[in-house]
Amino acid sequence: MENNCFQPEIECADLKTLRKVQSDRLVSMVKRCYEKIPFYHQKFDEMGIKPEYIKSIDDLSKLPFTYKTDLRDTYPFGLFAVPKEELIRVHASSGTTGKQTVVGYTKYDIEIWSDSVARAIAAAGGTKEDLVHVAYGYGLFTGGLGIHYGAERLGATALPVSSGNTARQIQIFQDYESDILCCTPSYAAYLGETCRDMGIDTKELPLRAGIFGAEAWSEGMRENIEKLLNIKAYDIYGLSEIAGPGVAYECCEQNGMHVCEDYFYPEIIDSDTGEVLPDGQQGELVFTCIAKEALPLVRYRTKDICSLSHEKCSCGRTLVKMMKPQGRTDDMLVIRGVNVFPSQIEYVLTKLGMEPNYLIVVDRVNNHDTLEVQVEMTANTFSDSVKVINKLESKIASELKTTLNIAAKVVLVEPKTLARSEGKAKRVLDNRKL
Amino acid sequence: MLIKQLSVFIENKPGRMSEITETLCKNRIDIRALSIADTTDYGILRLIVNKPEEALEALKQDGITVSLTNVIAIAIPDVTGGLDKAVKALSSQGIEIEYMYAFLNPKSQSAFVILRVEDNEKAIASLQAGGIEILKSEDIYAI
Repeated sequence: MENNCFQPEIECADLKTLRKVQSDRLVSMVKRCYEKIPFYHQKFDEMGIKPEYIKSIDDLSKLPFTYKTDLRDTYPFGLFAVPKEELIRVHASSGTTGKQTVVGYTKYDIEIWSDSVARAIAAAGGTKEDLVHVAYGYGLFTGGLGIHYGAERLGATALPVSSGNTARQIQIFQDYESDILCCTPSYAAYLGETCRDMGIDTKELPLRAGIFGAEAWSEGMRENIEKLLNIKAYDIYGLSEIAGPGVAYECCEQNGMHVCEDYFYPEIIDSDTGEVLPDGQQGELVFTCIAKEALPLVRYRTKDICSLSHEKCSCGRTLVKMMKPQGRTDDMLVIRGVNVFPSQIEYVLTKLGMEPNYLIVVDRVNNHDTLEVQVEMTANTFSDSVKVINKLESKIASELKTTLNIAAKVVLVEPKTLARSEGKAKRVLDNRKL
Repeated sequence: MLIKQLSVFIENKPGRMSEITETLCKNRIDIRALSIADTTDYGILRLIVNKPEEALEALKQDGITVSLTNVIAIAIPDVTGGLDKAVKALSSQGIEIEYMYAFLNPKSQSAFVILRVEDNEKAIASLQAGGIEILKSEDIYAI
């Protein structure tokens, strides 16, 4: 069986069935929000919305958006729709950009989240026979426990290694014969590099697939991880506000992630006007947790920029696909009217085999936006000949032009002069006075 | 027959050059000759020193982008037409010079010229056929 569906009845459902499920769930959710959450009660009243106005999923756009700040303003439990005795779990976001946001789950919420993760593991080829090696951190962060419960739900064997202690991770690969690795893509790459440095031939390891998420990664990074660990690398998407990892997941196509839209209904909107955009158009991803009990967020603004596709997928799933997020509304640049994301520049550099250490400098000269990309020269790209270096510069420039659709001036700078990618590296310098 | 040249990447910013000279000084490395190729954004400093391998390590240690390049060094008599003879020996064989720079040897009556070409072996053969003296690394490092 090629498509490896955990729940084929819904993953491959026809559109009519799916819309019916979504509509029923939305109607009931809106009612619960209005009755149980004072925040939504007040908001709906202000907008003159009565729960009975919402009759199907097509009425979704009548509802207001929910923002991360709404979760912060009602910290910690203000948006919960259930009393404490119904909660069975609480997770929280890291809170790097301010106060933490706290999310709660009922027994049913954990079940649907586990279903979602089980779908993701199955789509990556996982079965009951497999050892799922969870190297995400366990704790308030949703990564570890989320994948863990999904693996168990599938009937596979969860291996709760948690993050860190790289040597032990590799020892477990060898001794326990882990089949599927789940962690962040950067840690996967690090594990692969460490194997290489230790002289371990990853072709000898039984490990055959990896499910990586919780941070942005490029196609170049995927190729790198697949080569280093000799596996197939699958993307998984999620955020704690909606559930955690598993909100969307890649299938054998490795081209876009199927959204568990029977639980988490996605929309793409214009982040300025709030208008819903059609298939294929890039915009901000918004989710409505139509099935959740504890934290049924309405049209939650993820700030992630991507597009949706309802095109038929060769895996047989009919669940809508979201393309890999191109960036976030907070780091998107508009240069000469074109949207530019730092991740696109990273993509070009890794594709050319260079380190993704760069700085984007935007300026406005005579009413014309200028884009300069500073790239660190590395030992393996350096040459004593100006001709060779100029050729490298023009190669980067032409690749950037192809990817960004606007011209960029490439400036090579000395190594280690740009901030490293650890922590919050500053990647953009916008000198325009608008 | 080949001389090791250090090639260093330098951004066009104040103070960059002194970082390099400081590292060389600290490691007691003597410069025999140098040349800079400059563009609007960066330059490539080319150095001939007495201890190229040591200099390479020291510069790398200090985080400087540096590589070793094999170049040819020739001696030409300090007389009119000296350089012309050498250059003709190459051009007659269709050999392109990527870059070159020269310096006088205080201990002899000749000028030393560093040549960077695509094919070192072919260039050496052509120069020798044209009666040009090819220098050994000891000749240069020990000046």
